[in-house]
Amino acid sequence: MYKSDEIIIAGFGGQGVLSMGQTLAYAAMIDKKETSWMPSYGPEMRGGTANCIVIVSEGPISSPIVTKFDSGIVLNQPSMEKFEEAIKPGGVLVYEASTIITAPTRTDITVLKIPAIDEANKMNKKQVANMIMLGAFLELKPILAMESILSALKKVLPERHHHTIPLNEKAILRGRELAAEQLTVSNTI
Amino acid sequence: MEDNLVLEGLEVVYHKPDTLTEAPFHYCPGCGHGVAHRLIMEVVEEMGIEEQTIGIAPVGCSVFAYHYMKIDMQEAAHGRACAVATGVKRLLPEKYVFTYQGDGDLAAIGTAETIHTVNRGENLAIFFINNAIYGMTGGQMAPTSLCHQVTSTSPYGREEKAMGFPLKMTELVAHLPGAYYVTRQAVHTPNAVRKCKKAIRNAFEYQKENKGTCFVEIVSNCPSGWRLTPLDSQKWLEENMLPMYKLGDIKLPGKD
Amino acid sequence: MTKEPLKPREVKLMKGNEALAEAAIRAGMDAYFGYPITPQSEVLEYLTIEVPKRSGLVLQAESEVAAINMIYGASGAGGRVMTSSSSPGISLMQEGLSYIASAELPCLVVNVNRGGPGLGTIQPSQGDYFQSTKGGGHGDYRLIVLAPASVQEMADFVFDGFVLAEKYRGPVLILADGALGQMMEKVDLKAEGSLPKTVPSWATRGRSKDRDPNIITSLFIQPEKMEQINMRLQAKYKIIAEKEVRYEEYHTDDADYILVAYGLSARIVRKTVDLAREKGIKAGLLRPQTLFPFPSVRIAELAKHAKAFLDVEMNAGQMVEDVRLAVNGKTEVFFKGRMGGIIPSPEEILEELERIDEKIVAYQE
Repeated sequence: MYKSDEIIIAGFGGQGVLSMGQTLAYAAMIDKKETSWMPSYGPEMRGGTANCIVIVSEGPISSPIVTKFDSGIVLNQPSMEKFEEAIKPGGVLVYEASTIITAPTRTDITVLKIPAIDEANKMNKKQVANMIMLGAFLELKPILAMESILSALKKVLPERHHHTIPLNEKAILRGRELAAEQLTVSNTI
Repeated sequence: MEDNLVLEGLEVVYHKPDTLTEAPFHYCPGCGHGVAHRLIMEVVEEMGIEEQTIGIAPVGCSVFAYHYMKIDMQEAAHGRACAVATGVKRLLPEKYVFTYQGDGDLAAIGTAETIHTVNRGENLAIFFINNAIYGMTGGQMAPTSLCHQVTSTSPYGREEKAMGFPLKMTELVAHLPGAYYVTRQAVHTPNAVRKCKKAIRNAFEYQKENKGTCFVEIVSNCPSGWRLTPLDSQKWLEENMLPMYKLGDIKLPGKD
Repeated sequence: MTKEPLKPREVKLMKGNEALAEAAIRAGMDAYFGYPITPQSEVLEYLTIEVPKRSGLVLQAESEVAAINMIYGASGAGGRVMTSSSSPGISLMQEGLSYIASAELPCLVVNVNRGGPGLGTIQPSQGDYFQSTKGGGHGDYRLIVLAPASVQEMADFVFDGFVLAEKYRGPVLILADGALGQMMEKVDLKAEGSLPKTVPSWATRGRSKDRDPNIITSLFIQPEKMEQINMRLQAKYKIIAEKEVRYEEYHTDDADYILVAYGLSARIVRKTVDLAREKGIKAGLLRPQTLFPFPSVRIAELAKHAKAFLDVEMNAGQMVEDVRLAVNGKTEVFFKGRMGGIIPSPEEILEELERIDEKIVAYQE
């Protein structure tokens, strides 16, 4: 079997969960990999929980819908409850630690605890919390070239928001720093 | 036709327009459909637009209009003539398009299509034959049937509280900004026929000028459905239909 | 609005609905008539943005009933036309489709299937298989039914659909589902303007004096004439059944178990096949790409060697009837389905396959 990463990204509607997934999918395409992006759609998008499944693969993708994931990026408490158990053993889980109060209990996966919302507030732009999460995930699992991620942002963000690209880049870098700090600490333990 | 009597030395002052086929009308004796068909085809011939005109036939007595009108035509599903005409006209905006519809087709099952086509101001002509009854299916009540009118589905007369009031589609569509020219005519007397033909001509002329929807109601009779002789049906039309459906222009260009 | 130049071949990341709409423009669609309904409104939205800058025309109709009759009119006038909707809207179009099939008008209809019956749910479903493949409206007629399973096929089948519709003078249906419409994948888009177009001689575009009027109708009041029309249609469907069957196979060569699935279900089943093979169960997938015509001949061949068939659908078991007809008692045909907008997981299909395997092995011993 070829290398494949099945990723679930979940949070509240409005947290940029779907666009985070699209950024990964566009970057995968730029990196000449196979990719699929499958959103949850419907009324739940408006204010309730939203999620998308992104698959990045070296070969053809069979099902774009899976129930077990290599990676999870989780931005709210209900999604944590729903998806912690869905991470495959040996997988990774990056969660938003400023608002999720129940930390994951799994010991057979790598967990990153990223206070992305607090960090975004420090940057005076709470909308970039998703990019901090994305940066943290990519530091942990560098499955895509960073320059591809930055090119992908131009595709995902509507043109009227292109002036925010530098800020988004900064947020991604901040996410990587936070992850790197934690990974160093856990390695030293 | 080969067996036509040839009268030597006489001048032709009146003939069947070349835009009608040789097929004899199947309409009942005294019915107004034949006159209405002929008037439309006379106008098409006089304007020389038979190569640019596409007609849409309805479901109802005039379902076979394309047997008689010698132009390209489409037969629409019941009530959908205006939608079909929209499809044709949008694809071929330089051509002339008209629908020919009865009261059941246009004012009952096709109400939505009629109103929205006029509301979009589709640049086409709608010819609406109102005889206050469903002729083809055997004389059932139409949306335009008169109060107390006896039909095969209102055997004790149309009781408006239970069965609704006569629907004046023509007045209704006249309110829509997309309607450019709205008029009500009839074909029961020579004078009415002349006026009706003028209205049909107007509808095509305005289409040429890309003005929007032209809507011509033609109040007509149904001797079979009304259970009257052709002559009595014309009298009944004058006495009963015309007080409800007053003849004349309802919306004229520039006089909104 | 100034027109943009024709688009070259391009690879893009797109939603299924958008890829389908983009492909329609590239395939030289003259007109689109439609009405919004979730989960396919992106088709109309995309076209209202792109068509004014590109080619063709787009009109939001007052209903699906009006839309399909606008299709009738514009197709009858010789246009390359398309409409799209989702299940409840497609039900409203059935009258028009019956007329279109009878009048032999080419057109492309897209059903982005959602869960039913009734107003149902906006989640993906395959509950419209019967309606799509057995006619749908009144009378004896069929639609050619194409079942895409990827965003790539959402685009490609638009081109193929127009070609088939024009070749056989009839309606072609693309039967997708909500998930295929909403998901994004890489899609290799064909160059715009690459599909040739001719104005059909039967179209109503105004009668030139050298010919009789062209009449578009589905009314043939004489039963003898109506029977002739029916025979002509049936002869056409027979040719379609012989020539236009399409399917894809995955690991069927040595398979003990043939899983049959189309569209999104087939993508999920493909994963099940991989999982099963990891466990030593020899599974294979037959994915019909055309649902009418149905790959009955191929299924009958596979039935000679397979221990059993497992048909997987997002409905209560519709295509399974056609699978059983094709297998014709040669071996057992099992069914696994989820309904009402629920998507089965590769794992639950695997569990079903394992149960079947145990049963068959026990029976053989």
